Amino acid sequence: MKFDTVIIGGGLAGLTCGIRCQQAGLRTCIVTTGQSALHFSSGSFDLLNALPGGEKVTNPADGVAALPDHHPYKNLADRFLSLADEAKQTLAQAGIATKGDARANTYRITPMGGLKSTWLTLAEFTTFPDHTGIIGKNILIVNFSGFLDFNTSFIAAEMEKRGASCRIESVNIPAIDRLRKNPTEMRATNIARALAVKETFNQFRDLLKVMSKGYDCVVLPAVFDLYAPEVVTALGREINVPVCLVQTMPPSVPGIRVQMMLRRRFESLGGVFMPGDTVTRADFDANKVNKVYTVNHGEIPLEASAFVLASGSFFSRGLTSTPDGISEPVVGADVVAAANRSDWYSADVFAPQRYMEFGVATDNEFHVVKDGKPVTNLYAIGSILSGFNPIELGCGAGVAMLTAIDVANKLTDNK
Amino acid sequence: MQDKNISANNFEQCLKCTVCTAYCPVVAVRPEYPGPKQAGPDGERLRLSREGFYDEALKYCLNCKRCEVACPSDVKIGDIIQLARMRYSKHSPSLRDRMLASTDLVGSMATRLAPVVNASLSLKPVKLVMDNVLGIDRHRTFPRYSATTFVSWFKRNAASQQAQYPQQISFFHGCYINYNFPQLGRDMVAVLNACGYGVNLLEGERCCGVALMSNGLIDKARKDAERNMAAIRRSVNELGRTVVGASSTCIFTMRDEYPHLLGVDNSDVRDSIELATRFIFRLIDNGSVQLRFRPDFKMRIAYHTPCHMERLGWAHYSTSLLRMIPGVTLTVLDSQCCGIGGTYGFKKENYPTSQAIGESLFRKIEAANPDFVATDCETCKWQIEMSTPYSVVHPISVLAQAIDFEETKKLNINNHNN
Repeated sequence: MKFDTVIIGGGLAGLTCGIRCQQAGLRTCIVTTGQSALHFSSGSFDLLNALPGGEKVTNPADGVAALPDHHPYKNLADRFLSLADEAKQTLAQAGIATKGDARANTYRITPMGGLKSTWLTLAEFTTFPDHTGIIGKNILIVNFSGFLDFNTSFIAAEMEKRGASCRIESVNIPAIDRLRKNPTEMRATNIARALAVKETFNQFRDLLKVMSKGYDCVVLPAVFDLYAPEVVTALGREINVPVCLVQTMPPSVPGIRVQMMLRRRFESLGGVFMPGDTVTRADFDANKVNKVYTVNHGEIPLEASAFVLASGSFFSRGLTSTPDGISEPVVGADVVAAANRSDWYSADVFAPQRYMEFGVATDNEFHVVKDGKPVTNLYAIGSILSGFNPIELGCGAGVAMLTAIDVANKLTDNK
Repeated sequence: MQDKNISANNFEQCLKCTVCTAYCPVVAVRPEYPGPKQAGPDGERLRLSREGFYDEALKYCLNCKRCEVACPSDVKIGDIIQLARMRYSKHSPSLRDRMLASTDLVGSMATRLAPVVNASLSLKPVKLVMDNVLGIDRHRTFPRYSATTFVSWFKRNAASQQAQYPQQISFFHGCYINYNFPQLGRDMVAVLNACGYGVNLLEGERCCGVALMSNGLIDKARKDAERNMAAIRRSVNELGRTVVGASSTCIFTMRDEYPHLLGVDNSDVRDSIELATRFIFRLIDNGSVQLRFRPDFKMRIAYHTPCHMERLGWAHYSTSLLRMIPGVTLTVLDSQCCGIGGTYGFKKENYPTSQAIGESLFRKIEAANPDFVATDCETCKWQIEMSTPYSVVHPISVLAQAIDFEETKKLNINNHNN
């Protein structure tokens, strides 16, 4: 099989890169082992929330200057802001409306009810200009009976800290109560699938309309609109009370929708998406990759003029760790990691963990380095990159999307 | 000693991320089913400590393997569930289960009496009796039986002409082509011949065993699997003939379920068992075969990816072949389960689940409004034809309608002789 670009990994980075390549007329194939970290998405995309050491960032466009040289953003040089804008536009073109701007972080509500800074947020969620944001004085928090992945008491406690008074109620809808037969599977996605049935949603809406009378705002778990952003934005108007969604524990309904919509966009542009397959090895010719082989395609290789490694970090097995060391399993790229295992992590679980910064070595154009030399047609993007701690700095989605678009732009220029 | 605590099904790698549960078609419509995470790796931990933890509700799994495709940690969730059913289930197969499972035996009897069988299977009273007595849902349309099997047609009409082709393959026709739909087998012969390949039957082909396995007839399935493997080994190792099939489920079963579920080793020949669309795609891709199409073939086609095709990861081969036909406008439907699950959907107790799973697919087909649907699985075909107004055609049959056989043969057969 012959393509212009083969991308290994189908998460936020891989799909963004694939969409941009395909848009530019490059025939692109994405091979992906299982589903991605978007299934745990908060509904927001972080660009840069803090600097190493903990100093908060309010304007990522400024904050990037203070990052250490090994951070992937440093390779983007003066392209940082325009890439951030292109990322927002790429989401919008896939039908994913977001609010937010790379010049000013906003605050989103966490699943525990607290506020955290972020960059882009899906349009149906509520954001605030600062950490004191409050959605109203008199708040009703509504959950579905038996749904354990939505922590109403924590949310109420946090909102009360910010000066609101909260009441918690639960609702019973027959089609959703049915799911309680199996408490382990009463999950956000299954509730969302039940609510995708018009009658079920309407029953819920009518109940809510009665319950929410007199409140400033209704807080609901983000279990709506699994397939398309349709109903929840109109819900507040229909019940005459503003609705504020709060993310649930995984799986993330909005995250899965983003994944599906990005994939659909990629495929509608003519891209080939191969799910559930794993690249097993790459054939090199001097300093170039010629082709890669996968589990499903066996002896039929995927050939391309350029390859992109977007296979993620430890969770997605883009990186593997053994007691002896950390390695990159697909092409055997050089890895930037502390040699001594005791330096990988801190015993304080809340401290920044150093292993999060480990990743593949690249040159400053994101060419993967193997055996000390850059591979001229192999790039790395997203969380497999080294030199940043996405939890400490709050920059995971930004690194994924900005490096993806930057590499896609390079591939387009080389065409 | 296990190497780094990784078992064959990789269940220790499950990190409880719940991604599989989001892709299980059953759990959303049948809450009695514990879902892939609980039925698979979570339950396995318990079952390993005590068999009594086995839950008969695992029978609701339709073995679509979409949990495995979704799993980021490469846990063989579907295999864990199937193996647990095979090992621990106390349920013994009923007469109905045995009938549905014995596609070979029932097929060979039914073809002899095809006109009578077809007529009676479509009669309301017969359907009612089957529903009430056997538990085969009355809404189901049974696939018609053919009066002549594919094998007897082939022996009479095609076998003697195969030696003239420069290269040879073996064709695993499966039960459906043999007893129900010989036309697809004829299309296979025609298309492969046009590519310059002579078609041969395997010696002593048996049912691939998928229906036997899902209905708990494991010993019979293993026996058939071993006979098939003997026939395949002779074809591949002694005669140098790749084994090609049309059904994504038969091929998936022989490549993956034989070693994973039945413990029947196929590692020496696994790469030589494949689907016709992959086989032909490769010949075109490496330049050894060319196809020429009739200018008057114009069709709008919607392709449906069967679950086992998704697991094989081979839908690209079928859709690429369809896209090569200049007159075809192709819509690839979002990959999702149609709900039939082989014999699963025929069972009365599963009928509503089966239809609820397929519902959104049926709506998408209607929205695409194609001339027909194309897919590589016969049971998906029954389900879609029963549940929508559209007919379903195998990609090989589409090729058979679209190819200009004379021109194509000229290109490929002369090519090889030169």
